[in-house]
Amino acid sequence: MAKLQVNIGALSLQNPVLTASGTFGYGLEFADFVDLNRLGGFVVKGTTLRPREGNDYPRMAETTGGMLNCVGLQNPGVEHFCQHIYPQLKGLKSEVIVNVSGSSPADYAACARHIDALEEVHAIELNISCPNVKDGGMAFGVTCEGAASVVREVRKAYSKTLIVKLSPNVTDIASIARAVEAEGADAVSLINTLMGMSVDIERRCSRLSIGTGGLSGPCVKPVALRMVSQVAKAVKLPIIGLGGIMTAEDAIEFLMVGATAVQIGTANFIDPAVTMKVVDGIDRWLDDHGIADVHDIIGVIG
Amino acid sequence: MKYSHSLVVAAVERPREGYVLLKLRLPAEVSLSDIEPGQFVELLAPRAPHTFLRRPISVNFVDYADRTLWLLIHEVGEGTRAFSALSPGDKLDCVYALGHGFPIDLPEAESYLLVGGGVGTAPLLYYGSLLHEQGRKVTFLLGGRRSVDLMQLDDFGRYGRVCLTTEDGSTGERGFVTAHSVWATEHFDVVATCGPKPMMMAVAAKAAEVGIDSCYASLENLMACGLGACLCCVEKNADGHNVCVCKEGPVFNVRQLSWQSYK
Ligand SMILES: Cc1cc2nc3c(=O)[nH]c(=O)nc-3n(C[C@H](O)[C@H](O)[C@H](O)COP(=O)(O)OP(=O)(O)OC[C@H]3O[C@@H](n4cnc5c(N)ncnc54)[C@H](O)[C@@H]3O)c2cc1C
Ligand SMILES: Cc1cc2nc3c(=O)[nH]c(=O)nc-3n(C[C@H](O)[C@H](O)[C@H](O)COP(=O)(O)O)c2cc1C
Ligand code: FES
Repeated sequence: MAKLQVNIGALSLQNPVLTASGTFGYGLEFADFVDLNRLGGFVVKGTTLRPREGNDYPRMAETTGGMLNCVGLQNPGVEHFCQHIYPQLKGLKSEVIVNVSGSSPADYAACARHIDALEEVHAIELNISCPNVKDGGMAFGVTCEGAASVVREVRKAYSKTLIVKLSPNVTDIASIARAVEAEGADAVSLINTLMGMSVDIERRCSRLSIGTGGLSGPCVKPVALRMVSQVAKAVKLPIIGLGGIMTAEDAIEFLMVGATAVQIGTANFIDPAVTMKVVDGIDRWLDDHGIADVHDIIGVIG
Repeated sequence: MKYSHSLVVAAVERPREGYVLLKLRLPAEVSLSDIEPGQFVELLAPRAPHTFLRRPISVNFVDYADRTLWLLIHEVGEGTRAFSALSPGDKLDCVYALGHGFPIDLPEAESYLLVGGGVGTAPLLYYGSLLHEQGRKVTFLLGGRRSVDLMQLDDFGRYGRVCLTTEDGSTGERGFVTAHSVWATEHFDVVATCGPKPMMMAVAAKAAEVGIDSCYASLENLMACGLGACLCCVEKNADGHNVCVCKEGPVFNVRQLSWQSYK
């Protein structure tokens, strides 16, 4: 049993394995397969100030080694979350993190303020990188000024751990990371999905209702790893690495290039119990290699 | 309770070219009566390098005597072809049983018309068997293009009257299921349907036309997780909101949907 506990800002995680927003529902959907108390934490669905209907069907296309989605932030709104979903998530040993999205900095801040009041939620993850909505989302995450403007506003409204989720759809992800660090973010998570397309050649149209979607799954892992490595060199903030993790070995790659924790997304669709296997697998790997503390592998590749 | 198991293939049958019937052995911990008719299974395709996600397949039948779960699969692509290539003794990775199925406890509903087209007949076998067991009157109305499209007819015959249509008239009445004479000659309390969406919409419209109040349809939207987590499989409900087919469905009372039949 190696020591697996890590810190993300003021947030203490019992192990470095979290689930990625939009891929694990509110956790409860997986309760038959996963002991929710054994996760480091889980990041719930993208939440906005007002309810959102999301994009039209079809919202998904399978690709080689992954999938595209254009769900478009369908969610019941932050008030519904606070009143009806949060009570069901109380008392867990793992951290519940709310993924927050909006269409203006004020919007993000208002949503964050609601969540600040929830005693057992100790962190939010700002989604400034959703490629599937026109108003906001990725629009903020692709420029340093846009990213900074959202973080600045939210930082005033939110007192606990503020994680900012970065878009890979940029020329220089390290500069965006520096911009959010300068505005007082406590951590960054990366990557969100890569914008992509898939075409039905018989019907001569895109397989997705809005034309494009976000690519996720093992096919994006090499890109994600490279970006985590770049950001690790650019900022002092703790990093949560994600993108295509399917196994404990994948997770360890992210830790070695500088991530303090990881998130597992699309892999939950292939194996609903995958998170437990990753937690146990990291532990076993550390034991097998005579390593007593997970920190001894974090960032070992400079 | 949902399960994630690697199930042993007990038998592989080929009801016709391009289709496979897999019988999977269920472990002792699974309570068979918990599996609802109309629920589905998410299968991981073995040795299929271009498939990534699981494939949703309806519960065709649960054989209580030998504890097998039956799946009737139409080979349409790499995933379904991989299932067809399985042999007895092989293992198949399954997440089950998912979603909400057909209603089996409707009070005062005595007679049921179960309408299936193509491989959409699959879930109606288990549904019909349970209704039959409860002493309800079951009529199956099964349609295909040609007579070879109609499968498992002996199995259906055990649980109710079987009416057939083919588009070429080779078996049963000629035409679509909605043209069959049974709609005019008999009254049904409930209609349940599974098959291509245009067929189900026509069945729902027909049911409304002949004054049948309850009509249930099983949808086959594209799915990623099958668990209500990804929100990829949505259908518009009667209020115009998106609902998950995998979790709220796949079986819906058509009044819950935005279909025009009961408006
Ligand atoms: C709830 C549910 C229950 C189902 N039950 C059965 C069943 O009992 N028996 C059965 O044979 N099939 C069933 N299907 C359809 C089955 O899931 C698809 O045929 C299968 O996923 C195709 O996989 P593939 O890799 O062989 O084909 P792919 O290469 O993925 O696709 C080949 C073709 O099949 C079509 N297709 C893909 N997914 C679906 C889908 N979800 N629905 C309809 N067409 C699709 C594609 O548009 C494409 O034209 C069900 C689907 C759902 C959602
Ligand atoms: C269906 C789906 C929905 C998603 N929804 C969100 C979301 O609401 N907010 C967000 O920040 N990221 C969302 N994501 C992105 C994931 O959290 C993650 O960043 C991405 O999928 C890469 O990780 P993976 O390859 O492990 O899935 C979604 C991804 C998928 C596949
Ligand atoms: S398939 Fe994921 S929510 Fe229905």
